[in-house]
Amino acid sequence: MTGFPILSLMLAIPAVAAVACLFSSANNARWIALCATLIDLALGIWLWASFDQGAGAAQWQFVEHVRLFGVGGVDFAWALGIDGFALMLIMLSVFLMPICVGASWTAIEKRVPEYMAAFLATEILMIGTFAAQDLLLFYVFFEGGLIPMFLIIGIWGGANRVYASYKFFLYTLIGSLLMLIAMIAMILNSGTASIPELMSHDFPVNWQTWLWLAFFASFAVKMPMWPFHTWLPDAHVQAPTAGSVILAGVLLKLGGYGFLRFSLPMFPEASAQFMNLVFVLSCVAVVYTSLVALVQSDMKKLIAYSSVAHMAIVTMGLFAFNHQGIEGAMMVMLGHGLVSGALFLCVGVIYDRLHTREIDRYGGLAINMPRYALLFMLFTMASVGLPGTSNFVGEFLGLMGVYKVSTWAALIGTSGIILGAAYMLYLYRRVVFGDLTKEDVRAMPDLNAREIWLLAPIAAAVLWMGVYPESFLKPMRPDVERLVERMSRAAPAGDSQPTAGKPAPAGEHHGATAAEDHQAPAAAHGEAH
Amino acid sequence: MSYSTQLMMVLPELVLSLGAILLMLVAAWGGQQATKLVSWAAIAVLIGAGIALAGPASAGGEAFGGLYRPDMFGAVAKAMIFFAAAVSILIAPRFFQTSSGDDLRPEYPVLILLSAAGMGMMVSAGDLMSLYVGLELQSLAAYVLASFMRRDTRSAEAGLKYFVLGSLASGILLYGISLVYGFSGTTLFAGIADAYAGERSMGLLFGLVFVFAGLAFKISAVPFHMWTPDVYEGAPTPVTAFFASAPKVAAVALATRVAIEAMGPAIADWRQIVIFAALASIIFGAVAAIGQTNIKRLLAYSSINNVGFALIGLAAGGEAGVSSVLYYMAIYVVMTLGSFLVVLQMRGADGQPIESIASLAGMSRTRPGLALALAIFMFSLAGIPPLLGFFAKLQVFVAAVDSGLFVFAAVGAAASAIGAYYYLKIVKTMYFDEPAPAFAGKTDPVEGVLLVLAAAVISPLGWPLLGYLEVFTASAAKALF
Repeated sequence: MTGFPILSLMLAIPAVAAVACLFSSANNARWIALCATLIDLALGIWLWASFDQGAGAAQWQFVEHVRLFGVGGVDFAWALGIDGFALMLIMLSVFLMPICVGASWTAIEKRVPEYMAAFLATEILMIGTFAAQDLLLFYVFFEGGLIPMFLIIGIWGGANRVYASYKFFLYTLIGSLLMLIAMIAMILNSGTASIPELMSHDFPVNWQTWLWLAFFASFAVKMPMWPFHTWLPDAHVQAPTAGSVILAGVLLKLGGYGFLRFSLPMFPEASAQFMNLVFVLSCVAVVYTSLVALVQSDMKKLIAYSSVAHMAIVTMGLFAFNHQGIEGAMMVMLGHGLVSGALFLCVGVIYDRLHTREIDRYGGLAINMPRYALLFMLFTMASVGLPGTSNFVGEFLGLMGVYKVSTWAALIGTSGIILGAAYMLYLYRRVVFGDLTKEDVRAMPDLNAREIWLLAPIAAAVLWMGVYPESFLKPMRPDVERLVERMSRAAPAGDSQPTAGKPAPAGEHHGATAAEDHQAPAAAHGEAH
Repeated sequence: MSYSTQLMMVLPELVLSLGAILLMLVAAWGGQQATKLVSWAAIAVLIGAGIALAGPASAGGEAFGGLYRPDMFGAVAKAMIFFAAAVSILIAPRFFQTSSGDDLRPEYPVLILLSAAGMGMMVSAGDLMSLYVGLELQSLAAYVLASFMRRDTRSAEAGLKYFVLGSLASGILLYGISLVYGFSGTTLFAGIADAYAGERSMGLLFGLVFVFAGLAFKISAVPFHMWTPDVYEGAPTPVTAFFASAPKVAAVALATRVAIEAMGPAIADWRQIVIFAALASIIFGAVAAIGQTNIKRLLAYSSINNVGFALIGLAAGGEAGVSSVLYYMAIYVVMTLGSFLVVLQMRGADGQPIESIASLAGMSRTRPGLALALAIFMFSLAGIPPLLGFFAKLQVFVAAVDSGLFVFAAVGAAASAIGAYYYLKIVKTMYFDEPAPAFAGKTDPVEGVLLVLAAAVISPLGWPLLGYLEVFTASAAKALF
């Protein structure tokens, strides 16, 4: 163990707070949970501030390692440590957690102590999943996250909560169990459970195929990828607002993180082999779920389907095998985490007032809720991928990466952005614009201070990511570099064959050069977006 | 080897037998009033037998010309058995006191002691004869225990069913034993192993099949599981807790020893049987449990399901496999006893036990602590991390993957998701449903302490114990090779 065990502390604080919550009154539980999540946020900021981003910095920082016990001859170690990817995702988690607690402040009235304890348990398991450096420890956190989420959906969810919670639990469990067997096989084959060591271990190619499929079974469900996504709309619709925020904001990212951490660096050959499968599934997902989102009458379901579409861009980017693709995928994950979380909060705000998520029940909110309309518009635009907001950076980079490998996939993937604009703007028009004809809608008050405090930080972060993404890209850059290098031996040849442009002689018109050379990267970007 | 050294090797069983006989006399003369004294004395005897395990009883070697093997494998299994037996005695008085019908009589702890002596013999048997004698001693005591509430028809029915089907199983086992003896010419495990290693006749193969069928009966593996739900449902709850723990460990350990020590060279033959029984138990135990409305029946199917997982470790064979079986059973015993401790708290206003799952509705609000404990046991039985049930399953899967049984492990793992469904159903009933009338009565202090301990051990607080468990089960497995 080197230095101060800040990661363990980040896990311990919610654990202690969760136990304290169980033994306190409803109001105390709220404050305990808020304080604990804010302390974790502060620790997260400290983590980010002291994360060495300079040249030659170690890949794994804040490393802790304590051997706990052996399982069948395999060491089970309390091994924690983060790289840039994990850092960013941990930041996302600790940033969203206090907001979730705030969003549940008045919306949750029954069994508050248990609710807060379940949320804090979720936080532990999320941070643990991102920070784990031991394969089995990762699994423990990854899978353990099912328990609190099952309870959150099942106890505090909507009318059909029991069905949704079962579906969520069993769907993800089956996928994960196959991954567990694959993990055991990996540990026995390589003799180590350490994730950093496994990332540089070369598995036999025929093994990789099976291992990749087993991991895919888990991550594709978690992500979720089409056609394994059907649990998501159910879970989202039934979960309480904060549950949806954490589900969309962080838990969906576990799948993407899994691909990034395991499938790509550990099985590069198999990843190349299955690249087309991923592209096809992602393309179907983008188009299909966007079209489904277009016809939803339930706001939460609409956003849930849009999540599937956004996650498809993540998977495409990840399997593009190049810098842009992976950086873009990470940025979409972060951006989507913020934006979809914020959108669910926006739905929660009006749901708290009218207790319905039917889009038709609303309309004309711009008139009586101007502050709400403004923030909702910002997040709608961010979801569409407007330049200057977080999602633009990620989607642009991701699709550019995909274009280098498969122009068709990029073409279809880009259609998702157009469709995304369609369903999001259509949603916004129906809810916010139009005449204020309904009496009960007219009576709805605008955002109160608490709600502004919940949404404003996300709005700031969304703009920050859109205007200056370098803050977020910089910690990840060396890791992207390593990952691309690791996968380079299996990287597929792209069909777009970008070639270096011929620098135009001084004085010649720039546009002419670009028009001549269709393959030039500049033109490629234009087409991709 | 002198006779006294050999007696030292069987000291645990000696302590149990003498203690049982002595306490039987106390019971005969003391009558009903002696119940409390006999119970605590029986627990002392079990502790004494447990301490005796540390001596020559676990040092290895063999006693009485190979009839008995005082090795680490037996010692670890016996430690679990004695522990479970002691708990079964501790949880009995309160149950018999509040439920109508007979009160607890001093025969109860005595029968458990006798059963424990039989189980000790079973797990340390080095010969088919001592195996059979031990098994019968255990079974006969168990038949009586099942029908311990004489005036309760369900209890009597359970005892009778258990007796008839158990005798049938013993018959099958005995038939297998006679075939094995007939074709190998010996009842000693070492000699049988030699016979299996050489040219194998059809008779030996049939003997193997019958022996395994008989053992499958005793461990209640599918397709010989049908007695389990009825017996578990009908027997008094403390007795059911006993059946689900101690004899289960003994039978599984016995099956492991026979498979490895006597029939080890025929692993390719019995592995097919074990793989089938394992998968069938996991899948059938899970599917059949879904429709249950009685918590004791549900736990019976859960025990069938769990035996399937333990058999995965046995099918893996080898040291890793054997140690994973013991590892699994150790954690299973704690989870099961914990679950039954919760069932014991389910009492109506009149003090009568309630067994319907529906009565658990909303228990998280009426009895939050109890609900949390049962939720921990249920998630653990489903194998969800970070609870200990996960590590138990992990251990058997590691053993299976290690011996190349990838598909088997993957199917077993996927099937455990079916099992998760009915465990979730219990959690759902307790946490999601509107409260039913709360259970009456307070938790007995002894039961409360046991319940808290079991829940704590199964939760992540029990992680430090896993290191020791690993060491013990590994050295136990070494003793068989």
